Amino acid sequence: MAEKTAKKEKIERQPMPEQPAEVRRRNFEEVPLGYTEEMAVMEAQRCLQCKKPACVTGCPVGVSIPDFIKCIAEKDFKGAIRKIWEKNALPAVCGRVCPQEMQCEGQCIVGKKDKPVAIGNLERFVADMARNAGSDEVPEKAAPTGKRVAVVGSGPSGLTVAGDLLLKGHDVTLFEAFHKTGGVLIYGIPEFRLPKAIVASEVAGLEKLGLKIECNMVVGSIVSIDELFEEGYDAVFIGVGAGLPRFLNIPGEDLIGIYSANEYLTRANLMKGYKFPEYDTPIIRGKDVIVFGAGNVSMDSARTAMRLGADRVRIVYRRSREEMPARGAEIHHAEEEGIEFHLLTAPVRFIGDEKGRLKQLEGLKMELGEPDASGRRRPVPIEGSEFLIDCDLAVVAVGANANPLLTQSDKEITLNKWGYIVADEETGKTTKKGVWAGGDIVTGSATVILAMGAGRKAANSIHDYLTIGW
Amino acid sequence: MFKIIRREEMAQGTVILNEIEAPRIASKAKPGQFVILKANETGERIPLTISDSDAAKGTITIIYMVVGKSTALFKELQVGDAFQDVIGPLGKPTHIEKLGNVVCVGGGTGVAVLYPITRGFKQAGNNVTSIIGARNKDLLILEDKMKAASDEFHVCTDDGSYGHKGFVTEVLEDVLKNNKISLVVAIGPVPMMKFVSKITKNYNVKTLVSLNPIMIDGTGMCGGCRVSVGGKTQFACVDGPEFDGHEVDYDALMTRLSAYQEDEKKAYEDHCRMSGNK
Repeated sequence: MAEKTAKKEKIERQPMPEQPAEVRRRNFEEVPLGYTEEMAVMEAQRCLQCKKPACVTGCPVGVSIPDFIKCIAEKDFKGAIRKIWEKNALPAVCGRVCPQEMQCEGQCIVGKKDKPVAIGNLERFVADMARNAGSDEVPEKAAPTGKRVAVVGSGPSGLTVAGDLLLKGHDVTLFEAFHKTGGVLIYGIPEFRLPKAIVASEVAGLEKLGLKIECNMVVGSIVSIDELFEEGYDAVFIGVGAGLPRFLNIPGEDLIGIYSANEYLTRANLMKGYKFPEYDTPIIRGKDVIVFGAGNVSMDSARTAMRLGADRVRIVYRRSREEMPARGAEIHHAEEEGIEFHLLTAPVRFIGDEKGRLKQLEGLKMELGEPDASGRRRPVPIEGSEFLIDCDLAVVAVGANANPLLTQSDKEITLNKWGYIVADEETGKTTKKGVWAGGDIVTGSATVILAMGAGRKAANSIHDYLTIGW
Repeated sequence: MFKIIRREEMAQGTVILNEIEAPRIASKAKPGQFVILKANETGERIPLTISDSDAAKGTITIIYMVVGKSTALFKELQVGDAFQDVIGPLGKPTHIEKLGNVVCVGGGTGVAVLYPITRGFKQAGNNVTSIIGARNKDLLILEDKMKAASDEFHVCTDDGSYGHKGFVTEVLEDVLKNNKISLVVAIGPVPMMKFVSKITKNYNVKTLVSLNPIMIDGTGMCGGCRVSVGGKTQFACVDGPEFDGHEVDYDALMTRLSAYQEDEKKAYEDHCRMSGNK
């Protein structure tokens, strides 16, 4: 056994082929190009096939990771996708956007001494292979139960609930407020990180399983939760996302040239503003761009600005590098593409020209002081360190508040003091009978996979309710 | 798809009325609310306040001025054609109640938005005075309907081709001088709403305005429609579109409305050239 392990560790982690940084920073094509079959098989051989796999405990939806990797090593790619499908209806998405280093790969035993097995890259490989093979094979579905479920919101949590419940034989209708399905996967995450054709194909896969989709449906306005029950739905899942963007609340924030990240990315991704005037929605193309915040959304915004022709893109963040919440790969990619990081820097005010267009930012340098309640050292301003920098576009990516549109329309659903829905952590049950919730409208802004994890738990609980009782 | 079942051209073809099949929206729409429309796959999402709705027939009516490429595309749609997407009803409805004397002031296509609100106040038992204005007689819209929904009715034109020669604000000032008014509702171009609010503030009369800033989703997500009201940032789509006229920062709103002027101008000119108009 020891000898076998030693032999396995000799294989180096297979690097993911990528578009070169100097090319990709000006196009919207996907950055990683994907493994070849040889690379995938080679990488799969690095897996130790642990008896008690730590990687699985690190996965919010509990994918049987060693099992699907074993299939790859044996070149049984169909077997591999079937293994993943048992726990994850959206593998092509997760392989691309999960923060693997904090989840499965973060727990990987190989990673203790060497680089961890590239679980995300392998998942992506299997999913892409299945999709490109164009096979009509879909996961097996249980006999119809005759129960109807309304899923509100077609983002990662809603799609997971829909996928799981379809497989369990329920009749599922998905309601989406936008004109296209996918939620944040469509409006938020850029094409170069998650091609929209992949999201469309994952949704089409659910339609093959019998999913009904109704777009342009703002539940809470056009139809209430109670009316959904009156229309014959037996259960409702709410996964409407976080919503209202947060701003910096500093002077000059209403100047032309200052976007919330939600608006900037929605213009670019959902409305295809980067193809203006072929598409009708305009987007400001800044030359000197500043992005506030250091999460995945900031990286997406900064890299989008670069692709829209910026000369210079700066990320301004008030804490230090260690606290940056973005996925490691995103920070790395952004740096490679020439995005600058101005850490320990806080915005003070925006300055405009006579036409009300953004011209400059006044900033302030910070230093790390005593630890705050979260245990992180609190950034404190350095007196007299004010400075001015020129900019013609600013994107504010500092999180979101709860969207009240749906929640204020139903008084039986209890909210917490921030306006998020109170839902049971294990089941996703809200305080209203027959109604579940999950994703950002429960937790506040988080990741795709956490929303999917919440969707998985809710789907199990909804199934129990429909077959056993509340 | 949302089929157009009636189409009218008004104000010499510069303003278009579409009655659209949208039964679910029609069953919920209330005065003051808006919809977002998208003509086709590559189209922009355009917010327009609902001018009328008929729950029994399952239709809503919108009235818009042709000002750019997107509204020019809308104009090309004929009876039997359809909008690809219509989303709504969005925004908070007008709070309509019996107050006494209510004055409704409308300018340009703002009259289309004002009409269902005027009718609502009349039906709630108020004594309604309406003042509508346009640059000239030919550009006036919904005169008959507004007249029917009002107890007292005034028309103004900038050039004096019809009714009072001058601005709606002049007639409004007369009305305020001689009557005890409980509420003024003003809907029209931003400068008109700004000046109406200035006058009503002098008379200490509560004033509602309906704003139509740039927005994308209309559900609170993008923040593009943010306006400063009483020094606080509000989102027109979920907090509005109606606000206390005395608290709105109109200058900031006008600046924000000009954000894409150059892009829009170019897109419109290209569109006109391609389609052989003008």
